[in-house]
Amino acid sequence: MELQRTPLYGLHRRLGAKMVDFGGFAMPVQYSGIAAEHRAVREAAGLFDASHMGEIGVRGPGAAAFLQWAVTADVGRLGVGQAAYSPVCLTTGGVLDDILVYRLGVEDYLLVVNAGNKDKDLAWLRERGRENVTVEDRSAEWALLALQGPRAAAVLGRVTGEPLDRIGYYRFRSGVPVAGVDCLLSRTGYTGEDGFELYCSPARAEGLFAALLAAGEDDGLVPAGLGARDTLRLEAALPLYGHELDEGTTPLEAGLDRFVSFAKGDFSGREALRRQKEEGAGKKLAGFELTGPGIARQGYALMQGGRQTGTVTSGTLSPTLGRAIGLGYVAPEHARPGTELAVVIRGRECAARVVPTPFYRRKKQGGE
Amino acid sequence: MYPEDLLYTREHEWIRASGGRGTVGITHFAQEALGDVVYVELPEAGFELRAGEPFGAVESVKSVSDLYAPVSGTVVEVNRELAGHPELVNQDPYGEGWMVVVAMADPAELEQLLSAAAYQDMLKEEG
Repeated sequence: MELQRTPLYGLHRRLGAKMVDFGGFAMPVQYSGIAAEHRAVREAAGLFDASHMGEIGVRGPGAAAFLQWAVTADVGRLGVGQAAYSPVCLTTGGVLDDILVYRLGVEDYLLVVNAGNKDKDLAWLRERGRENVTVEDRSAEWALLALQGPRAAAVLGRVTGEPLDRIGYYRFRSGVPVAGVDCLLSRTGYTGEDGFELYCSPARAEGLFAALLAAGEDDGLVPAGLGARDTLRLEAALPLYGHELDEGTTPLEAGLDRFVSFAKGDFSGREALRRQKEEGAGKKLAGFELTGPGIARQGYALMQGGRQTGTVTSGTLSPTLGRAIGLGYVAPEHARPGTELAVVIRGRECAARVVPTPFYRRKKQGGE
Repeated sequence: MYPEDLLYTREHEWIRASGGRGTVGITHFAQEALGDVVYVELPEAGFELRAGEPFGAVESVKSVSDLYAPVSGTVVEVNRELAGHPELVNQDPYGEGWMVVVAMADPAELEQLLSAAAYQDMLKEEG
């Protein structure tokens, strides 16, 4: 299959990015190097192309009720200008996708979904659609840039007149001019840092990316690729679909309990999740650190007391901590911090210990 | 970027052979493809290598890649510097980024390896 390109493909190539296939898109995995880009986001700021993400419009008089049923979080009180993170579950409780829900207007929502899941999400939503709701693929209307890091607000403040301190966490404003480009400006991200996501017309994306890079040059802003996005999100213990989440895993197993609202009424997967909550999950997501040399990777076996207790879903050498960290599913009784585990790396057991997550938490400094 | 005095494997290792011994590392292409190297797993001295079989691994932030023995033989020396400074593999893949020295069991195995020119032709073909 031919890889799709984001509107920033040409710019990535000119910036010297190394490109890889991700979710069917040719995406930059790195520009200068993952470690340097990771550090820039933790200490200054990084600019990501996230245009591969899919956007699905859900509109109409029944949109609010339909979404309240389709996602597991309580989005019933989501106001216009607010966004929410939520899993979407099958009847089995397995995760179809994890998404952001933006309420653009009273009867107008935008779902931001994983690139590789967009087609099945669309089909699933349409099959369950109601007469007074329209579901449409709006991905072609949007490019998505993520400006992340402690300097993100300062950089953005140079190219927009919008008072950024009035945009709280998981809030957004539509029609905001940024460097002359009309943007939906959202205080969200996937790095564990303060930051913004900017949705704009694909035709204007390259100009906006370049203008932001120029505005942030003195702050240490650099373009950052999917490699750093992955190590950053892993340090923040944010799940990635295809690693921590899939159709065979429930949000309760993934530790996403706070995004499952049993109080809101019926929703897709409710019965299976309620039963699991009562009976207990068969596996639990745990964060671990390797206490010896070696790096855990997705698919490696996790051992406890000489027996396999689970499997690694993500692992890397944490650039911030300098230690090998990972997430993986284990038997619930082995998910408690302090539990001694072993990771099987190329046939050898390497010692690891369950630790509290996130592995990294930023120091709060206003803006929230 | 591909010194003439080295021989290469299709799996992107190089060997510098002299007097029955060979120094082994990974190529410029390999280190660039991996990105920032953060950990190198190497055998101890005395470990028996078998040509074409894995003997260690190079971990970058993003991924892991096995190391394949260019020749058979016994490991007689291991680059201990890489434990504290894995980035040497990126900075100087043919120099300070070397990995092991092997006492070759059968120097005739070298004939199976690629010259610098043949290795570069292979890279071009793989595009």
